[in-house]
Amino acid sequence: MMKKKKNIFIEGAISPEFIAESIAKHQTKMNIGAHNIFLGQVRADEVEGKKVSAIEYTCYKAMAEEKLSEIRERAFEKYDLTCMHIYHSLGNIKAGEICFFVFVSSKRRKQVYVATEDIVNMVKTDVPIFGKEIFEDQDYQWKENTF
Amino acid sequence: MKKLKQVQLDDNQKKENMINIKYFGAIAEVTNCSSENIKKSSSSLNDIIQEIYSKYDLKHIPLKFALNQKIIETTEGIDVNINDEIAVLPPFAGG
Repeated sequence: MMKKKKNIFIEGAISPEFIAESIAKHQTKMNIGAHNIFLGQVRADEVEGKKVSAIEYTCYKAMAEEKLSEIRERAFEKYDLTCMHIYHSLGNIKAGEICFFVFVSSKRRKQVYVATEDIVNMVKTDVPIFGKEIFEDQDYQWKENTF
Repeated sequence: MKKLKQVQLDDNQKKENMINIKYFGAIAEVTNCSSENIKKSSSSLNDIIQEIYSKYDLKHIPLKFALNQKIIETTEGIDVNINDEIAVLPPFAGG
């Protein structure tokens, strides 16, 4: 389960239907008692009077996949998880759309909260994903994660 | 999305001591290509990085270097060879 290479990057926004299907797929796994989901949504930030209308995501795929599999391994070592999934968008994602989906499942509730927080932080700091914030007037700035 | 030029090393370039460098995000915008082959005057990673800095104005971007998909914490004393993958990375913005 841990070594399996996963398809993490999704071209375009992550649809609510995709998220719903992911939940439905877990209904056959009877050892799960708690799911936790984190969804990252593109925020229409305002910078000097200009509003962000979309983020264009790119990544260094070979390294990103390697890093994500390390994060996966670390999460399974550290927490008592039944399964976990990470998805991230690439390409142009409009404000209000979902670009990041972390789905953590375990027997019981406590582990999924801490694991989710930890996984989200690791993805933000360690995975080479780059984002261009595009304003309504098509001007842009490069996004940088802050904590 | 603008398609940037991407190149790979051919056998002749390998003989000529060239090395392939990958650029991403804000860096690729400055270099105007997502990868290129540069002549390496020495095998020291530090020297190669200095060459990149002298070729492009990258001082305003807090960048990181990756060697074979691993972040290099310190570039001192690291040697690279022809098949290594060097990447210049701007700040991460995932999530």
